[in-house]
Amino acid sequence: MTLIDKDIIAKKRNGRQSKNTILKWLFFLCTMFGLIVLIMLIVDTLMDGWSRLNLDFLTSFNSSRAEQAGFFGAIIGSLWLMLVTAPVAIILSIGTALYLEEYAPKNKFTEFIKINISNLAGVPSVVFGLLGLAMFARALQLGNSVLAAGLTLALMILPVIVVASQEAIRTVPASVREASIGMGATKWQTVSRIILPAAIPGIVTGVILALSRALGETAPLVVIGVPTTLLVTPSSVLDSFQAMPMQIYSWVKMPNEEFQYVAAAGIIVMLVVLLLMNSAAIFIRNKFSKRY
Amino acid sequence: MKKNLFLAALLMSLMFILAACSGSGSEEGTEEESAGSEETTEEGSEDESSESGSSADITGAVNEDDEQIAGEGSSTVFPILNLLVEDFNADQGIAVELGGNGTGSGFSALIDGTAQFANASRAIEQEEIDALEEAGIDYTEFLVATDGLTVAVNPANDFVEELTFDELKTIYSGEAENWSDVNPDFPDEPIAAYGPDQSHGTHDFFNEEVMEEEGVQGQLIQDTNQVVSSVVGDQNAIGFFGYSFYQENSDQLKAVSIVGPDSEEAVEPTFENVMDFSYPLSRPLYVYTDNAALEENETFHTFMEFVLKNSQSAAEEVGYVPLEDDALEEELSKLPNLEQ
Repeated sequence: MTLIDKDIIAKKRNGRQSKNTILKWLFFLCTMFGLIVLIMLIVDTLMDGWSRLNLDFLTSFNSSRAEQAGFFGAIIGSLWLMLVTAPVAIILSIGTALYLEEYAPKNKFTEFIKINISNLAGVPSVVFGLLGLAMFARALQLGNSVLAAGLTLALMILPVIVVASQEAIRTVPASVREASIGMGATKWQTVSRIILPAAIPGIVTGVILALSRALGETAPLVVIGVPTTLLVTPSSVLDSFQAMPMQIYSWVKMPNEEFQYVAAAGIIVMLVVLLLMNSAAIFIRNKFSKRY
Repeated sequence: MKKNLFLAALLMSLMFILAACSGSGSEEGTEEESAGSEETTEEGSEDESSESGSSADITGAVNEDDEQIAGEGSSTVFPILNLLVEDFNADQGIAVELGGNGTGSGFSALIDGTAQFANASRAIEQEEIDALEEAGIDYTEFLVATDGLTVAVNPANDFVEELTFDELKTIYSGEAENWSDVNPDFPDEPIAAYGPDQSHGTHDFFNEEVMEEEGVQGQLIQDTNQVVSSVVGDQNAIGFFGYSFYQENSDQLKAVSIVGPDSEEAVEPTFENVMDFSYPLSRPLYVYTDNAALEENETFHTFMEFVLKNSQSAAEEVGYVPLEDDALEEELSKLPNLEQ
């Protein structure tokens, strides 16, 4: 008597295996789809923009004459913007994360705050733009200055950094924390000497990813009314400025076809900056992770 | 662990140093670069000095201490003003701030007092007049150029030569599905109607003039360049856009002559016809200014004088139709006289 009919098993196994193979290729196609579209976009942009990408493009201001239009004002304007956004966002959000994870009592109210911060991360950027317009541009009379736009973008990326920092702080093992307290260290000593250094890679990764989002954001700047042409760079945070994404957007809208190539060149510059920032984030994550 | 801490600290400080360097480096660069770019613009304007030689006629002066001049408004008017801002900077060394987020944004900036001038591709509306009055702002309307809203079809289309307002309305109300519904002489082919979407003054102008405010149906696109390429790529397509978009692509498009509501005659969208307003879809392009700023800010007064006196060459350079000489004189006379 044979308990196992090899023929039936072989038949069924074939079915299972072919299903396995089909799904494997299906998932591969899913992966490739996004990647191929992205590569096509980059190749198309590179082909359009390559001819316009030279030193003059990087060092001259915007112009209505397509052959003279440059990206300089926008590059410097975006750097100024980051000089305001980065410190404000970093200080506020690390402070928030430390309070929520280390100091706040574990009760319903704290939970409520945490849920709200996670939800805030999903609020569309144009809503933050309106908030910035009402609060910083109008109520505080900052107009369309670097400060107004920088604070708006800082608020926008704040929840993202808070969530990333919370995750990073939470991964610091309880044993290290307890050991520090057991040695008689105060809360602040534990936080500043043990927890923050251990959580820094996670926090820095979050910060850089959030900053690159802020750098590429257009909607809040449109709402605040950032100019598309300004032939000077700001000399203080109260001056108005230009920004890279706004400049690209305005070039795309120009009637002269030549500006499409100028816009493509602008996109390349912005992509290079963003990719550099993201690579830095990945590098930091790989270099400093697995500390305990 | 100590080593890691050190590395982390080093990294953070590196980031800050980098940030600081790029900040201070940029400022140094600014002076050099702005000097460099001035040279290039000057070279550019020398080429056409025969046209823009009028900048020498400017009587006003500029004052470094005057408040920063800012303007916002129509993306249609933007290219002209952008050119003038650039030449004004090359000429007088004053950088004016300019945005192109739409006629509506321009008026709200004028009402808020964040801009001294607003560019508009349509005349000011009653609501905006009321809001300006409430804010205590007197304004002046300056005409800077003319645009001819151009209706165009694919060059392969050999049956449409001219259209009346009524026929355009049948097409853009969605009433006509095939060309034969518009005119029995046309073939029985489906119509693909394209146009810029609601964010454009061009859309509003078409809606008011042709559709009698009943709304434009068809494929409405945010990017006007996409409207052009849709018409270029589809034999049965029709589209409308500003004159400059037609000018830039005139070899790939066929402009349709338009019969106005009170006339029998079809008028072609040519330079001359748009200029003297005999083309029924000619529309004026405006700059609205804050009067108080015009009187108190000497630099702004000079800027407006520069804008008007150079509007003809600038309009032509970016593909619009300039004002006629006597119309320009009239606009110039609207500038208040400053006591010198």
